[in-house]
Amino acid sequence: MRHLLSINDLTVQQAREILTTAYELDRVSDGQIKKLPTLRGRTIVNLFFEDSTRTRISFESAAKRLSADVINFSAKGSSVSKGESLKDTAQTLQAMGADGVIIRHHASGAAQRLADSGWISASVINAGDGTHEHPTQALLDSYTIARNFERENYDLSGLTVGIVGDILHSRVARSNVLLLRKLGASVILIAPPTLIPVGAESWGATVSYSFDDAIGNLDVVMTLRIQHERMSNFFFPSLQEYSRGYGLDDARLSRMKGSAVIMHPGPMNRGVEISSSAADSHQSLVLRQVTNGVFVRMAVLYHLLGGPQSATQSEMGI
Amino acid sequence: MASILDAGDISRALKRISHEIIERNHGLSNVTLLGIPTRGAYLADRISVNLAEIESAVPHGMLDVTLHRDDLRLRPPRPLLPTSIPPEGIEGRDVVLVDDVLFSGRTIRAALDALGEIGRPRSVQLAVLVDRGHRELPIRADFVGKNIPTSSLETIRVRLAEVDGADEVIIENQEGN
Repeated sequence: MRHLLSINDLTVQQAREILTTAYELDRVSDGQIKKLPTLRGRTIVNLFFEDSTRTRISFESAAKRLSADVINFSAKGSSVSKGESLKDTAQTLQAMGADGVIIRHHASGAAQRLADSGWISASVINAGDGTHEHPTQALLDSYTIARNFERENYDLSGLTVGIVGDILHSRVARSNVLLLRKLGASVILIAPPTLIPVGAESWGATVSYSFDDAIGNLDVVMTLRIQHERMSNFFFPSLQEYSRGYGLDDARLSRMKGSAVIMHPGPMNRGVEISSSAADSHQSLVLRQVTNGVFVRMAVLYHLLGGPQSATQSEMGI
Repeated sequence: MASILDAGDISRALKRISHEIIERNHGLSNVTLLGIPTRGAYLADRISVNLAEIESAVPHGMLDVTLHRDDLRLRPPRPLLPTSIPPEGIEGRDVVLVDDVLFSGRTIRAALDALGEIGRPRSVQLAVLVDRGHRELPIRADFVGKNIPTSSLETIRVRLAEVDGADEVIIENQEGN
């Protein structure tokens, strides 16, 4: 495995290996921040063309805990704002000797372009490309679910996950559906018809337009942010009306199963897709997701960059 | 391919090592056993059973050293194996590391680094079932089941009932037999 661009790049076996590695890293660190020498001398570039707080910090923290050198590059304040193309940026990073590039871009397919272009020899990790995919978020969500429900070998069969909200613009939803289905969970996409992408049924998830009908059956309620920045049209009459139909408010919170949990990839718009009491309730795993994100990203970096950089992998004696 | 130790030999070697650990440390009150997975962890389990029979139970766990290895870049990434440190920790303890084969010494160097991340033991000792020579680092074992002089073309394979179905140590040539 050289790049991580999409959940489709992973076999079930590889996904479980990454999650198992994350668990061992979680246990080794035992609540304390430990520095491991594993990626010493490797250079990792955080190439962020879009705003991000938690993903960038999470990757940076993961890379630093593995002793890699991290270069943060955000499009604002860089030559990109002077008109530099992705190609020139990539070639600059190549000339600087980057071993791994973590890219977030507003265009779907940007990570794939970077990986396939031949501009760069580094491993590429997709940290969110447009409305396409965000594979490490899906990995950390499945990790969080499996740990919460104490699932052996990350087998999520028998669990029903509801993904609620702006499915149309959500790369988190897309990656999550693919991975949750691979690991055996059932997925229900819940949104107004205008926010369900065409052909969503073919993802292997069922679609429901009524949050109230679905909520009592869900083991996991994953709420998504309304992405104003990607909305060029009117998808619903007003935020208040959206919130009334699809927000996780106090009334819906009380109708959830007692064992059910609440997740959100962040950043949260409190009062829109999730109420404050839901976000802060004991059923909320939101902060656990952030903590787990670092371990999962460490595992991904280890699997992509921990071995020999060239394709020739010599087997040596112990 | 030749068998060097059979099940009886392995069991006797582990009994002797157990007695030596007690003797060296003047009892077991400060001893913690840490096996290096996979097979070192099973050997540590067996030694801890012996120690409990002979004298008293000791805290024991396992320590995965993969992330501290210096040969990571030479081979594809390997899945991590479990680490479990006994709740009392290793601070101030006499830690006995247990592994199956002592060869280049690089695994043990990695284990010493991994230990350093966890705490500061009073002493670190090393018990191995087989010492086959060819050290690349200044590292030696305190307790050895059997010294087996080998050629660098040979491979020593330790098989244990817990993972391999039977107890046996065999030596084979690199070509397979």
